[in-house]
Amino acid sequence: MMARALIVRQVVPFLFGIACFGVLVVLIEFLIKTGLINRFIVPLPSEIWHSFGRIIVEEDVPSRFLLTCTEALVASLLLSVVGITLGVLLHRITLLRLATETWIAAMASAPLVLMYPLFLVIFGRSAWTIIMIGFVAALPPVILKTLEGLAGTRQVLINVGRSFKLTPSQLYWKIFFPAALPNIFVGVRLGMIFALINIVGVEFLINFGGLGQLVNELAERYDLPGTYAAICFVILVSVVFFIVTERIEQWLRPGT
Amino acid sequence: MAAISATRPVTVPVEKAMEPILVVDDIFKRFDTQDGGLVAVDHVSFDVVPGEFLSVIGPSGCGKSTLFNIIGGLLGGYEGRVSVAGETIKGPHPSIGMIFQEESTFPWRTVIDNVAFPLEIAGMAKSERLEKARHFVHLVGLDGFERSYPSELSGGMRQRVSMARTLASEPKILLMDEPFAALDEQTRLLLGDKVLQIQQELKQTTLLITHNLTEAVQLSDRILVMTYRPGKTKRIVDIKLPRPRTSEIVGSDDFGHYVAQIWNDLREEASKGLKDDESRRGGAKRK
Repeated sequence: MMARALIVRQVVPFLFGIACFGVLVVLIEFLIKTGLINRFIVPLPSEIWHSFGRIIVEEDVPSRFLLTCTEALVASLLLSVVGITLGVLLHRITLLRLATETWIAAMASAPLVLMYPLFLVIFGRSAWTIIMIGFVAALPPVILKTLEGLAGTRQVLINVGRSFKLTPSQLYWKIFFPAALPNIFVGVRLGMIFALINIVGVEFLINFGGLGQLVNELAERYDLPGTYAAICFVILVSVVFFIVTERIEQWLRPGT
Repeated sequence: MAAISATRPVTVPVEKAMEPILVVDDIFKRFDTQDGGLVAVDHVSFDVVPGEFLSVIGPSGCGKSTLFNIIGGLLGGYEGRVSVAGETIKGPHPSIGMIFQEESTFPWRTVIDNVAFPLEIAGMAKSERLEKARHFVHLVGLDGFERSYPSELSGGMRQRVSMARTLASEPKILLMDEPFAALDEQTRLLLGDKVLQIQQELKQTTLLITHNLTEAVQLSDRILVMTYRPGKTKRIVDIKLPRPRTSEIVGSDDFGHYVAQIWNDLREEASKGLKDDESRRGGAKRK
């Protein structure tokens, strides 16, 4: 009975998702072949599929994938530590929150990637430039969602803590933090998306390496199937990070 | 009928032979609002002896929850004094265990970890605290659900987890604020049975804040009826129903008599509350 419930809840949606994706791919293939979609703009999905093997061998995708993953990982770790800490500070210091919350929200929509020349001057033409742009651009959602999660902690849970005479530090670690975790993880995931977009974008712009540079090179060669296949690897980085954060969240806050 | 009518709290000689464990002495609390000051609690005094079950009943807005927060040490800035075993409280006190009206289990902890929470805070070793928590899980009748998360339980079960968690801290006084308010009537009666069973088994001194008449009569030794705003003591009624009790008591004539008598007092106050609410809504609409 339990196994059946598990299948209905987990396996069926997964298979349905795969089936939907398969149908979409077949539909696009059909639309291109019938000429409804221009094949000089969108290559056939079957051509993209066949180009995977080619770009993995010829374009050294594994090392590029690893570089982009490492940059995204370092940026994510930095933005998690700094973003969550700043969110906690803003929650604890009302004056600081009132003074800066609007600026941080405004910063979230600013195209910080355009400041890459400044970062190049500061960090040189290195992976650190890419990491720092990803980190800075992704910081606002982590700060804001952390603040939202902490501020949204139900008063009754805080009162339970107070009734058991928890110290301020215990109140934070035992109640505020676990209560805010779902929001914090939403912020971290949003931050990771921002970071990855900026990392791949800057790799593309400064031709330093990674998947962004590969997309740029393949596009300049007008290798459309290869370009789309490289973009699939960028999506794979995002998927891997999403799965990892989901697992960490389940481990830190089970039962939700 | 042993009910006592008075405008001030009336003491019962037999119970007064014991030293009160909780003394609420002349509590006055005023809130500053946009329309001026609002007196929530107006010089309320009563005491509770060890093992006694006292309910505070009154219409919505009479200051019951304010009183709950003051006694629990969650609210300051009041006049008067609350003392536990002679010690004046100036904040949450380890002798007072609180059960809240809203759902208050920690969703990220299993039942057993929720119940063990106060023991964890007290620094008890893991094996010891889990063993002790298991005892309280059993006491509230949740055996077999130790590894479940609150999201997997019904509202009544979750409220029992909160109760077990508070009991695990072994408070001298159990302070409950409408703990069954969100539950349906049948579950409420059955949980009332559970509270009675636990209270009788542990001889737990209990102070219940409620607006539910049947719940108050079913559970209490005494009931303090409060007036509508400002919340004053209208009368204290002795409930001389036999113990041990169960929810079957609600079918008895004596039970009905107590309910009718308290409702007589309460109806007047509830009507004032209703009129006040209507006039405020009318005023707001006209503006």
